[in-house]
Amino acid sequence: MRWRYVFLFIYILFLMLPIYWLLNMSFKTTNEILGGFSAFPREFTLASYRTIFTDPTWYNTYINSITYVLINTVISVMVALPAAYAFSRYNFIGDKHLFFWLLSNRMAPPAVFVLPFVNLYSAVGLFDTPWAVALAHTLFNVPLAVWILEGFMSGVPKELDETAYVDGYSFPSFFVKIFIPTIAAGIGVAAFFCFMFSWVEMLLAKNLTSVAAKPIVAAMTKTASTSGYELGLLAAAGVLTLIPGAFVIYFVRNYIAKGFALGRV
Amino acid sequence: MKKTFDNKAWFLVLPVFLMVLFNSLIPLMTVVNYSVQETFGNNEFFWSGTRWFEQVLHDRQFHESLMRQIIFTGLVLLIQIPLGLAIALCMPRKGPWVSVCLVLIALPLLVPWNVVGSMWNIMALPDIGLLGKAINGLGISFNYTRQPLAAWFTVVLMDVWHWTSLVVLLCYAGLVSIPDAYYQAAQVDGASRWSVFRYIQLPKLKHVLTIAILLRFMDSFMIYTEVIVLTGGGPGSTTKFLSIDLVQKALGGFDLGPAAAFSIVYFLIILFLSWLFYTLMMRGEAK
Amino acid sequence: MARISFHDLAHAYGPAPSSPEHWALKPMTMTLEDGGAYALLGPSGCGKTTLLNLTSGLLTPTKGRIEFDRVDVTHKTPEERNIAQVFQFPVIYDTMTVYDNLAFPLRNRGVDEATVATRVKGIAGMLDLSSTLQKRASGLTADGKQKISLGRGLVRSDVNVIMFDEPLTVIDPHLKWELRSKLKELHQRIRRTMIYVTHDQTEALTFADKVVVMNDGQVVQIGTPVELFERPRHTFVGHFIGSPGMNLINCDVRDGKAVIGGGEVATENAAKYKGGARTLQLGIRPEFVKFSSEGLPVEVTKVADAGRFNIVSVQAGNQPLKLLVPQGAAIPSGSAKVAFDPARARIYADGWLVGDDARGAAQ
Repeated sequence: MRWRYVFLFIYILFLMLPIYWLLNMSFKTTNEILGGFSAFPREFTLASYRTIFTDPTWYNTYINSITYVLINTVISVMVALPAAYAFSRYNFIGDKHLFFWLLSNRMAPPAVFVLPFVNLYSAVGLFDTPWAVALAHTLFNVPLAVWILEGFMSGVPKELDETAYVDGYSFPSFFVKIFIPTIAAGIGVAAFFCFMFSWVEMLLAKNLTSVAAKPIVAAMTKTASTSGYELGLLAAAGVLTLIPGAFVIYFVRNYIAKGFALGRV
Repeated sequence: MKKTFDNKAWFLVLPVFLMVLFNSLIPLMTVVNYSVQETFGNNEFFWSGTRWFEQVLHDRQFHESLMRQIIFTGLVLLIQIPLGLAIALCMPRKGPWVSVCLVLIALPLLVPWNVVGSMWNIMALPDIGLLGKAINGLGISFNYTRQPLAAWFTVVLMDVWHWTSLVVLLCYAGLVSIPDAYYQAAQVDGASRWSVFRYIQLPKLKHVLTIAILLRFMDSFMIYTEVIVLTGGGPGSTTKFLSIDLVQKALGGFDLGPAAAFSIVYFLIILFLSWLFYTLMMRGEAK
Repeated sequence: MARISFHDLAHAYGPAPSSPEHWALKPMTMTLEDGGAYALLGPSGCGKTTLLNLTSGLLTPTKGRIEFDRVDVTHKTPEERNIAQVFQFPVIYDTMTVYDNLAFPLRNRGVDEATVATRVKGIAGMLDLSSTLQKRASGLTADGKQKISLGRGLVRSDVNVIMFDEPLTVIDPHLKWELRSKLKELHQRIRRTMIYVTHDQTEALTFADKVVVMNDGQVVQIGTPVELFERPRHTFVGHFIGSPGMNLINCDVRDGKAVIGGGEVATENAAKYKGGARTLQLGIRPEFVKFSSEGLPVEVTKVADAGRFNIVSVQAGNQPLKLLVPQGAAIPSGSAKVAFDPARARIYADGWLVGDDARGAAQ
């Protein structure tokens, strides 16, 4: 029994070490970083964070990222809700093919889509706006959201719908007032996964923007490549990208296991 | 659940259908279009048949990237699936520690992929990184910007750090859904710890393990951002995987035809291998 | 083979509670004789499954001791106790054949393959599983799976006790009866101690030699089916067993005589009442109430056909009462009078039978 927890502890320690090292770097001065190896910041400084919070070319990239992530999450869940309901309650012509076609998009490498997406979103005039990234990410998030929501909805007995119709609800009012509150946990989990993918993705986000809508993930690569060894700044920017994720995961902590329990294909 | 047959349900899936159609069909058509044509600029295109495909399939660089990709994905699956399963088995089933463990374990999944790359970039630096310093401290010369082996070690370790958690969470979800009665019956039947794993836990986890293997296969086969930030595909091109190769061709060069043919071959390989995995793992099910 | 005794056994999920109502199983002392067929009967949440799991060793009691043949096994594992248990929902090992499933408990204990083969074939024959032995267990129907669970419980020849936790819940009604008689027959053949948990009185009364009736975490009566029917020691037993259950009528006892609505009623035990009860009730089964020319005045309110009998509902003052009248016998309408069989009418003080010394769980 004991060794199980020792093993678990070592694994979690392994997960935390790189995060600690990033944190450690972010509080060091550039001199100390280049000066050599140290496990704790000896001259503790918030200078890197100050730079990010005062320089608009830095903090705007955060705002841009959060903007397209939120737009993407809202759109994905909104369009996925009725579709998932249709898949969980009805048979219709081509339903199975449609479902597999949706999921097969999950197998498309983003690298394949970079160039065509740049062409497509330039053509419709959305290039370098948060909308381009948000819409591009729906290719991967909508199928996922449909899949997760369908799983949760299938767990709700059909009698709920029938009772509501007997009680005189129309479909839209039933859907909004009764059904959505019933599967709130599922919506939370689906939103979590959409948020997660959109927040961590870089290839599309970077190539679909240039200046006005530049996301934080793109800003960081620029720091790493052009200005050479601004490791403190890079580390601080990295630490700040962990916060939204940690925040979101804390809210869905009781549903994580359930969200992953969709063990059916 | 008994479903009603009603074609009006199409109205409910229409938004999703149109959206995914817009995002997937138009780009794929562009790619197919490029893959069979040749251009000399000025928006003039000429039919080129299967020429680009032949070129890609005979390209040594492509072969090498594909080989590297297969070795990398194989390593990743070999390490992450057993490790993830083992960690899930070590997790407490109930109590206040469950949430703490779940949140900490899920954390790497929410780190932007380029930050994962940066993190390990810093972590593995031989002079100021914890990992690099530690390995050099053991008397082993370690520098991932110069030694291919060190670069591979760092890339694989980074991927283990990044993605094993997904396997853990999937397996854990599968484990907690096994009813207590199974464990009690096994106890009464005098089953050993190994028998419980072999005859109860493993069969019940078959579905989630299939999904875990599929997801890990697909994602590791598409890896780009983490590696480009960590090693840039180097040293030399020793860690240049398929996506890196493709992006260099598509965005760097002007030869769109070969890049498009590359894209199609790449996509088909993933589709084929996913189908193969799925059929192999589900073969026992049909009987 | 073992005689099982519980000494001051109690259990609470979580820490030991301060107030008595928080025990899942309240302190009890009881002995189950070797080779008996026992049923634990009670509504859900009464503590019967807790008692079962304490006996099998899946739970460790908060306090008290459990002995198998005077050997303390309180802290032994289920394996060390050498018991078998069948659960409410079928537990099968998906990847094994039916044969391997049945052989599993034997192989785990290092029994040689020749013995395994004889035992498994014997059990499979008894449960009609012979034709499916080489099939994958996961392909069977729900009752086929539950038969495997039963088979795994019965396959070992040396167990101290075999326990069944509502094993027929998932079985089709017509198969229920058949499996129950199989179990009964099996018990007569192998004479091993069996404990059968159920909330269904028919299952309990047909299977068991002795029924342990539980309610609210305590044992209210242990007895043969006939004793439980004829002489319930608690109003709960009277009400829970029998269909319809025992009539309970509020009454008074004056000078050793029961009084209902001003009229005296002859009972078996009113003379033993010593006073001090908060509630006094007269209990009489519907079988022993008859229409008569004199007795308690009632109003007939409803007649329901129940096959060989009619169930007649009447009002005595404002208290409801039921009678069983054989099919064909005359039933008065409107006002009538009913009489009780004096040997079967009993007084209950605060729920417990008056004049019964062995109060509580002990026997």
